[in-house]
Amino acid sequence: MSRKLSTLFILLIISTLVIAGCRPSAPATAPAGGAQAQPVVETVEVVRTVVVTVEVPVPGEATAATPQVKIEVAQAPGFGDTLKAVQARGNLICGVNGQLPGFSFLDPQGNFSGFDADFCRALAAAIFGDPSKVEFRATTTQERFTVLQTGEIDVLIRNTTWTLVRDTELGLNFTATTFYDGQGIMVPKDSGIAALQDLEGGTICVQKGTTTELNLADVMATEGISYTPAVFDDVNATYGAYAEGRCDAVTSDKSQLSSVAKGLLPDPDNHVILDVTLSKEPLGPVVRHGDDQWLDIVKWTIFATFAAEEYGISSANVDEIRSSTENPEIKRLLGLEGDLGAKLGLSNDFAYNIIKLVGNYGEIYDRSLGEGTPTFIPRGLNSLYTNGGLLYSPPFR
Amino acid sequence: MTTVYSKANVLPPPSESSTLWGWARKNLFKTWYDTLLTFFMLGVLYALARPLITWAVSKAQWEVVRVNFRLLMVGQYPAAETWRAWLCLFLLAGIIGLSLGVWARQKLWPSVILLLSPLLFALYPDLSSEARTHLFGLALTALLAFGLGRWQGIKLGRAVVILGVLYFPAVLIIIRGGGLLENLAPAVPTSLWGGLMLTFLLTVVGILFSFPLGVLLALGRRSSLPAARWVSITYIEMIRGVPLVTILFMSSVMVPLFLPSGVRPDRVLRAMVGITLFTAAYLAENVRGGLQAIPRGQFEAAHALGLSGFHTMALIILPQALRTVIPVIMGLFIALFKDTSLVATIGLLELLGISRSILAQPQYVSFQREVYLFISLIYWVFSYGMSYASRRLEKRLGVGER
Repeated sequence: MSRKLSTLFILLIISTLVIAGCRPSAPATAPAGGAQAQPVVETVEVVRTVVVTVEVPVPGEATAATPQVKIEVAQAPGFGDTLKAVQARGNLICGVNGQLPGFSFLDPQGNFSGFDADFCRALAAAIFGDPSKVEFRATTTQERFTVLQTGEIDVLIRNTTWTLVRDTELGLNFTATTFYDGQGIMVPKDSGIAALQDLEGGTICVQKGTTTELNLADVMATEGISYTPAVFDDVNATYGAYAEGRCDAVTSDKSQLSSVAKGLLPDPDNHVILDVTLSKEPLGPVVRHGDDQWLDIVKWTIFATFAAEEYGISSANVDEIRSSTENPEIKRLLGLEGDLGAKLGLSNDFAYNIIKLVGNYGEIYDRSLGEGTPTFIPRGLNSLYTNGGLLYSPPFR
Repeated sequence: MTTVYSKANVLPPPSESSTLWGWARKNLFKTWYDTLLTFFMLGVLYALARPLITWAVSKAQWEVVRVNFRLLMVGQYPAAETWRAWLCLFLLAGIIGLSLGVWARQKLWPSVILLLSPLLFALYPDLSSEARTHLFGLALTALLAFGLGRWQGIKLGRAVVILGVLYFPAVLIIIRGGGLLENLAPAVPTSLWGGLMLTFLLTVVGILFSFPLGVLLALGRRSSLPAARWVSITYIEMIRGVPLVTILFMSSVMVPLFLPSGVRPDRVLRAMVGITLFTAAYLAENVRGGLQAIPRGQFEAAHALGLSGFHTMALIILPQALRTVIPVIMGLFIALFKDTSLVATIGLLELLGISRSILAQPQYVSFQREVYLFISLIYWVFSYGMSYASRRLEKRLGVGER
């Protein structure tokens, strides 16, 4: 009896100690995000030595009109590590969804295809000049940030919405938006509904408890359109009701409408997504904090695809334009002039490789989400700024 | 006083029950109301199964399975290296043929039919000529091995058992490649493993490694050394208190956080370790049940013979204990086989994961029923196969009788 009691006491004491020992560190490890993976709390010592050399013009020397200021920045530790690791490994490890029609999926030959997968290839083309040097890693919603934080993948290109919390607390950097997703509305093709106003007095199927429901109410109130929401508990019930014709339309994120919904509908080809957007869901590649060179590489790879479309350069005509162009901006983009690539740590023709081997933004979009594909989504916001969209590349200079 | 039964008084067993018609007459049509019930139930079964069958035969479009068949079987495993998967199948056919030849001598025709079953798959119309040749080869290998087994008889018994045990590590080495085999079979990274092959490998590794670990834990839990006992109890109760999917999440999401950056254990390996640790805890409890079923007298008798503690366990107790728990352990392994589908939730492309990826192909998004029906059929065939094999093993070892 006494032995049992003493064992119990020892156990109690040990557990008390353990709990006491854990206590102080608890606030530091508990993330506010709740459901998200724990952020890596890492203290990075940033040493930034700024050497400023100012050449003071000697009086009498007329040629030196302006003082030359040369700044050498000693980079933070971690700068350039990712590129070095990728080059040493010989391939890029790219985290994708793997199960999202149009964005990333396995084709029957066993290759990853889709919009996101093509951006992985573009990045490989920029680094290695070979789009096949990618190892795709299918990630789930729960593990996607952890695998990036722990360095299991180099970049995450997986329908991830850019939000403030993710950009800061999770230790991640969103590079640029490749796809402006947003809540859309799907209607039967033969319904004759073409705009939001045509839904006046109609019924709209929507999933319960999501931001989707709130967004719909907000937009309809602003537009002054009266409608009846039909609210359902889960995805299957929502699209099931829509398929039975109980609603005139169904609303969800556009990428979901084009994929999941169509999978649940018996006649996916008879439905069409309207060209309206009710909410902001910017999706784009994500990298870790701590390596700004890598951030720049991913960012400018995407910008190169935007710029190429803007200047009308495609995989088909890039060689021709390269040999004939007089436009200095295009010359810089294609690496004929200047050393823009070298500044990123890449070869100067990195953009040429992207365009030649993968294509410009329009080509990538049309291949996976264009009009001829089963996962057609109207370009909408994903048009160039010159066409009323949001795609805008900073200048290549 | 003893009663002597004369042999002449024992009636021969009724012969009619051994034929199909005899069985049916005895069980289905014995009386008029039996007949009525039989027909009624047949009608009910027909009404229930008809929609499924008409759908499967006429409405379902099996193109999605046909086009993606390779993906479902071996995932992204390089096409140039698929011969290794075939090689594993050939070895398996050989071993099954041999063991049937050695031990199932009385059942000639059922064995031959079983061994010729690859030919059934060869009838499938869309098969490439290469795959068909391989299937014929499989049947031939199995038959040759069967012949060899019958001819040599029980002399080969021990060799076949050793081959069977060596088979599974050999499969792992063949599929993995690399190392000494680099020239012959270059290493294929585990990120390319997938489909049924990955499901199969996860199961095999789970069984191979959880078995010894589980037995050790069971012994540890009954040990008189407090350290061993407490470690075992803590381990078993900790693992059994957590669902498998949680352990898999831990291995995939948490483990990399604890390790220094740059150390990235292989994902498939992490899943394998998770599955093994989980199964071992359950297996330990099953084995403990078997150990407790052994009467004290067995221990005392072994002591009386002067056997050491180790020898008592290895020669007297464990063989009996393990035999009693075969049905439970086989049940556990069947559950393990199906539980491997949980690794789809950590992004591995085993049978279920690859099915979801296939369903994301834009042209096949609405073919969920076909794909899921197909993979459930695969799961059923393998689970039933294991269950059947375990029943045969029980009969042979006489688990019920002794």
